[in-house]
Amino acid sequence: MTATVKTLVNQPYKYGFVTDIEADTIPRGLNEDVIRLISQKKHEPEFMLDFRLRAYRQWQKMTEPTWPSVKYPPIDYQNIIYYSAPKQKKQKLNSLEEVDPTLIETFEKLGISLSEQKRLANVAVDAIFDSVSIATTFKEKLAKDGVIFCSISEALQEHPELVKKYLGSVVPAADNYFAALNAAVFSDGSFVYIPKGVKCPMELSTYFRINSGDTGQFERTLIVAEADSYVSYLEGCTAPMYDSNQLHAAVVELVALDNAEIKYSTVQNWYAGDANGKGGIYNFVTKRGLCQGTNAKISWTQVETGSAITWKYPSCVLVGDNSVGEFYSVALTNNMQQADTGTKMIHIGKNTRSTIISKGICAGKSINSYRGLVKINPNAQGARNYSQCDSMLIGDNAQANTFPYIQVQNQTGKVEHEASTSKIGADQLFYFAQRGISPEDAISMMISGFCKDVFNQLPMEFAVEADKLLSLKLEGSVG
Amino acid sequence: MILENSGIVLSVKDLTATVDNTPILKGVNLEVRAGEIHAIMGPNGSGKSTLSKVLAGHPAYQVTGGEVIFQGQNLLEMEPEARARAGVFLAFQYPLEIPGVSNLDFLRVAYNSRRKSQGLEELDAFDFDDLIEQKLDVVKMNPTFLSRSLNEGFSGGEKKRNEILQMALLEPKLAILDETDSGLDIDALKIVANGVNQLANAENGTILITHYQRLLEYIIPDYVHVMAHGQILMCGGKDLALELEARGYDWIVQDAVVGV
Repeated sequence: MTATVKTLVNQPYKYGFVTDIEADTIPRGLNEDVIRLISQKKHEPEFMLDFRLRAYRQWQKMTEPTWPSVKYPPIDYQNIIYYSAPKQKKQKLNSLEEVDPTLIETFEKLGISLSEQKRLANVAVDAIFDSVSIATTFKEKLAKDGVIFCSISEALQEHPELVKKYLGSVVPAADNYFAALNAAVFSDGSFVYIPKGVKCPMELSTYFRINSGDTGQFERTLIVAEADSYVSYLEGCTAPMYDSNQLHAAVVELVALDNAEIKYSTVQNWYAGDANGKGGIYNFVTKRGLCQGTNAKISWTQVETGSAITWKYPSCVLVGDNSVGEFYSVALTNNMQQADTGTKMIHIGKNTRSTIISKGICAGKSINSYRGLVKINPNAQGARNYSQCDSMLIGDNAQANTFPYIQVQNQTGKVEHEASTSKIGADQLFYFAQRGISPEDAISMMISGFCKDVFNQLPMEFAVEADKLLSLKLEGSVG
Repeated sequence: MILENSGIVLSVKDLTATVDNTPILKGVNLEVRAGEIHAIMGPNGSGKSTLSKVLAGHPAYQVTGGEVIFQGQNLLEMEPEARARAGVFLAFQYPLEIPGVSNLDFLRVAYNSRRKSQGLEELDAFDFDDLIEQKLDVVKMNPTFLSRSLNEGFSGGEKKRNEILQMALLEPKLAILDETDSGLDIDALKIVANGVNQLANAENGTILITHYQRLLEYIIPDYVHVMAHGQILMCGGKDLALELEARGYDWIVQDAVVGV
């Protein structure tokens, strides 16, 4: 059987194609002029340029973090292109019909339909290609409920006061090395604003596509949920297969006010590099949600399957009393992939609660680390946390680590941590095979079972996709 | 039962196999006809369990010679899942615990993959529930076991009963029970033996691999084989088991060594 499983070659990465389109690309390298140029290209208000320059000056004084359990050669920040946008005939597009058909086709090929007829009925999409947003669907329909869903560039033009108020309020410009870099050069991303008392009538989603070869993608997403509102947001990501590594350093900020709830889901499938570890995306991302109001709730669900290196800790700062933070994660690594991912739950308000469910699946020669912090501040009376970190090893050469950090400064706090390790090896597959179940079906059953608690948190349409995606990624990994 | 002119279910000729280049099976010969129950006994390390795994196609074992014909087909050329679908069933000595996969889902997928290979329509969840309920009776199992993860947290006896439940469901042509009696108390042993007896019929063959005569008080074999040093050294009727119980294996094993 070993031979059979081995011959089930890894499915080629389905999204590795390159779109041939003329691009407006600025020269490589980073300095204040480049930042001014980006800001100018986007016709940004003055405060934005100030924000960028402040961040840049801070970044220059900072050093790259070395504490994650990942290894990579030094990044030459002067050899990256910080802005690349597909050339479109018109500067300002009034409708989808004016978008270059090549771009529409690209997203079509990725399974994201932007055209009116074939759209997912209940999902609004913002499609981002390299450094710019090319289209946002259902904008008008959402506007009827007062929901703002557009690219952050557009938000800077149309709603500068909102952006100014919240941008950098959760992840300050100089929060960390990669967040500072992002603040200096970010080019686009999504902006969501849910007014008081509104339950967003459809799922919102952003699809990130890197196309050009030497470009870094630095997107910035900001979601604000006013009191008593609700929104569910999903992001997806893919990139072509290039031999060289590409940097993706994003920042996501969420703000939830009294009784508001934000559900943020990610299906990350950036190009992971080939089986020998050549190429792939460096996914260095800062994601943080602020439960500012009482009874606010922020829930992160992530399915991380791609990227050569993932460095990412979607976190919740629980300021409001009774606020709730959740983190549900499946991180899969295969071949030479490295992931150092987890969460931070910072309990500040009284009776705040957090739940962490982390599932690491580790195949090939990959390294998969969970790193999580649970911190209960002195004033967080009655705070509670439950953490569960499970690892599944596939084959004999993969490595799984768990680094839980727990800091409790209030005696009434209650923190629970559970962890387990299981394995899919030749014996498990043989047991299934002996009952007539093929290795593919066996792996998919075991993985689905392992990830059930996390997949249950995903919006329906995406749970099925995520399940399939994991099975595809693991074909040929046992044997 | 020994039947006149019954068909050959399994024919093993001069089978040799290695694990990590160490020879374990050194020329095994065995023929099982429909309706027959064969017991294979022998000391530890004689190659009994290896024989069962080689027949089922475990990837850790390399077949280095000989042939195995199962119902006219060359078994050694078939993938393990194809062997299972064709009707070879191995009840494991140590059934694995599979967290996250419910017993019921496992049973249904196994059953349907067999049906599919026979060109039959797959059973939907409702029809399958009806079917599995009847099968639970064979091993007197509580339906709550179905919703639990496969073998996870099951006692030794429960795991073995679960194996027989799978066997009852899949209705194999050839059932190989590897030390199914080990670790069972007397009540569980009776239940398991009773299940095996219900499932044995004129159409299928059964191989019991065991250390002890105890199991053979409840499942009466038609033939008893003694295996040692990777070969079957002696064959006899059910009385041979009693003799082994009284005399041990040494007299056979030593004779064989002298004979070589």
